[in-house]
Amino acid sequence: MNLEALPWLILFLPLLSATAITLFTMRCRTTSALLSIGAIVTGFVLTLSFIAANGFHPAVMETSANWLSIGNLNIDFGLRLDVLSLMMVLIVTGVGGAIHIYSFGYMSEDRGFSRFFACMSLFTFSMLGIVLANNFIQLFIFWELVGVSSYLLIGFWFEKPSAADAAKKAFITNRLGDFGFLLGIIILWWWTNGSLSFDIAQQQAQAVIKSPYGVTFGDNFWLTIIGLLIFCGAVGKSAQFPLHVWLPDAMEGPTPVSALIHAATMVAAGVYMLCRVILLFNVEASHVIAWVGGFTALLAALIAIQQNDIKRILAYSTLSQLGYMVMAVGLSGPTQAMFHLTTHAFFKALLFLGAGSVIIALHHEQNIWKMGGLRQKMPVTFWTFIIGTLALCGVPPFSGFYSKDSILAQALEQRNYPLFALGVVVAGLTTFYMFRLFYIAFLGERRTGVAPVSHSKEAAQAGDESLRQAGSLSYEPHESPPVMAWPLRTLAVFAVIGGVIGIRGIFDSQFISDTHAERASTFLQKLFEPFAHAPIVAIIGLLAVAAGFIAARMLYRNAESDPLPAKLGWFATAMKNRFYFDEIYEATFIRAHDFIAAVMDWIDRWLVDWAGIGLVRGGTDFTGRALRLMQTGNLQTYAFLFALGVAVVLYLVLGK
Amino acid sequence: MNVGLEHYLVVSALLFALGLLGVITRRNLLVMYMSLELMLNAANLALVSFSRFNNNLNGQILVFFIITVAAAEVSVGLALIVALYRKRQTAHVEDLTTMKL
Amino acid sequence: MGLPDILFYVFAFLTLLCGVLVIANPFSRNPVTSAMFLVLTIISMAGLFVLLHAFFLAAVQILVYAGAVMVLFLFVIMLLDLKEEERRKIKKFSLIGGLVSVGAVVTIFVKSILAAQPGANLSTPTLEGETAALGKLLFTQYLLPFEVVSVLLLVAMMGVILLSKKDLK
Repeated sequence: MNLEALPWLILFLPLLSATAITLFTMRCRTTSALLSIGAIVTGFVLTLSFIAANGFHPAVMETSANWLSIGNLNIDFGLRLDVLSLMMVLIVTGVGGAIHIYSFGYMSEDRGFSRFFACMSLFTFSMLGIVLANNFIQLFIFWELVGVSSYLLIGFWFEKPSAADAAKKAFITNRLGDFGFLLGIIILWWWTNGSLSFDIAQQQAQAVIKSPYGVTFGDNFWLTIIGLLIFCGAVGKSAQFPLHVWLPDAMEGPTPVSALIHAATMVAAGVYMLCRVILLFNVEASHVIAWVGGFTALLAALIAIQQNDIKRILAYSTLSQLGYMVMAVGLSGPTQAMFHLTTHAFFKALLFLGAGSVIIALHHEQNIWKMGGLRQKMPVTFWTFIIGTLALCGVPPFSGFYSKDSILAQALEQRNYPLFALGVVVAGLTTFYMFRLFYIAFLGERRTGVAPVSHSKEAAQAGDESLRQAGSLSYEPHESPPVMAWPLRTLAVFAVIGGVIGIRGIFDSQFISDTHAERASTFLQKLFEPFAHAPIVAIIGLLAVAAGFIAARMLYRNAESDPLPAKLGWFATAMKNRFYFDEIYEATFIRAHDFIAAVMDWIDRWLVDWAGIGLVRGGTDFTGRALRLMQTGNLQTYAFLFALGVAVVLYLVLGK
Repeated sequence: MNVGLEHYLVVSALLFALGLLGVITRRNLLVMYMSLELMLNAANLALVSFSRFNNNLNGQILVFFIITVAAAEVSVGLALIVALYRKRQTAHVEDLTTMKL
Repeated sequence: MGLPDILFYVFAFLTLLCGVLVIANPFSRNPVTSAMFLVLTIISMAGLFVLLHAFFLAAVQILVYAGAVMVLFLFVIMLLDLKEEERRKIKKFSLIGGLVSVGAVVTIFVKSILAAQPGANLSTPTLEGETAALGKLLFTQYLLPFEVVSVLLLVAMMGVILLSKKDLK
């Protein structure tokens, strides 16, 4: 069975549901939610059945239809089905489906319930579009669509100025990256003589890179430019340094959005895209990619140590993990990057949903210093959060250990010792900040008996009526309803076993033609595979994790306030203030931008508007006034001129 | 010399010219309108003679339609003139200079 | 020169003479006179149509044009009570301009007709008594245009009714 229509159905179902919700069921909350959830869950089931029928290597890898054809610019609209895209579809629909179901509980009191699900469906559609695209233009279109839906969802509570600002910031920052991306696509189009398909472009690039006569300087130059520009897109979307500033602010959106878009899928799109076109990158470009990724990982991990907002900590942790993945891509390890992407999608979505559960239970309290003592009150959230934390830190046998270890091993295999060391440090830091969060937020005494009164005012500003009602009832934290708890449990299972169910092998079959024969096959072998494959790496990684854990335990167990600022002094302040990136950008780029905008405004107002348009307009006006004198308004004159015209025409036609 | 197609065509051309002259020189809207009818008739004459000398009836069909359309056109045109006269109390083109600024 | 040829010259002369009198009557510049001469023009044209064996069109010409259309003209002339024009002079400029342009058009027409001799190669006409054939053609091949024209007449009627309402909006 071929089932060729299935992928199209999977792609367009969410769009259909978004349309239906927007057009028809805006008032009927439950129907909207069911439509949206139904679309994504159906998509998941259909993907599973497609894979069951065709395996990960369908006979028909690409189906496409010509969409636009101008000269030698031919753009197809097509789907590409291979391991990479099918796995991503599974992640998007699977993790996304869990988050959709969770949102049903999380957002249940919100006024914009239907709108929320419409946006979520739109996002799912765009994300699937990215994943299934078979050429650059289509990828770019869905790339932008994802940006738009992300904008809509970050600014979901648009009554709140901070949310509106965050949405704008995310959109504009992404735009910077996308500009480079588009430029890269255009140059690539020129360089490949009008081919935008992933396959053909990569073949051409490989032919050049691997040519027996060596790469010419010009081709290498252009390949580097193309690679770096395309990487720009990933820098924007995956929030790598220096465009990382938007992701933490994007946490202004509802927590399920943070989980779906800003942890599991959209930010991973950049990494996915890099893996999709991995063969385009030559040595120089890969080098830059690896270092940008590594630097981002370190930077974000350092910042995360001194954050107090639970979602921001997770956001910086996401940044850091994305840095890992990008680093893996740069170290020519797309398998490792995709592996980490998959496991990260599981456990980071789990962590965000857990955080959301806590936030809801505490009536939208996000400061970890006001939490504490949640173990008894929220057992499900507590245990699943522990699993997520362990997975993120990389404790065996949780999934994060395997993927992170594979990246470190790749760094060592490539003999890139600085990046390997950096990765190990980041692993330690990750453990440190995660257990800091864990100790403060979940263990210890409850720090606040009741939520402060000012809180309900904030909630009122946020336009969240439910909170005002809840504010008068009880401040006692409580476990989330089953509709929120079950997605947590499901994700937790995958966060545990994600590393050993053979995901890595599946990705290997995409990128490596001769699959490692000695790859572990039995379950037990898989369980201890890292130790067998590269024992040094595994042990060093575990040591880093242990160091981080011990440091966090020493500092934060039963801590009432943060002891770090006193110990680190100005460095802690800098970390707390995110190394002043926002301020630096404010002072340099935004100031410069304002100045340029002012100059442009002047030019537009005086040169273009006054001198250019004004003179043309005035000239036209004057000529018109002059010519108007010729119009007598006398019928006779017109008739005369008309007859004269007829005579001339007749002479030209007949008279000669 | 026998009367042939050319004779009719010349008569038609002359009649057409008379109509054109009338439109250009006369300033009474009604008379201008009559001149227009003259021009239409000149065209009809040419069509009928072509039809006759080419042994082809299509020309006559066309003339039939022209007459019908002309009747419709005259009725509408005259109604317009009447409406205009009601408003301006004149049917003289020199008094109708709204088009001039 | 047979009778039809003589009749052609007679009718052609009458047509042109009356045509001239429609646009420029040296004795009267009353629109009613113009209208009456237009009727005469049309009747003599009907004579030309008969000479061309277009009997049906000759009848239609007289019925529709001389009958209906010209009565409408006279109606309107009487309705508007136009006398003013008698006092106005024809402008020299428009007269000369008109004569020049019309002269140019006519010269080109006649010259090209005489030069081309379109009738020279044609066989003698054979169609006789075409009214039945005309009807057949009209109701078969030209049925759709025929129906469309009837709609056009209806539309014209409605337009006229609308235009003649007292308060146009």
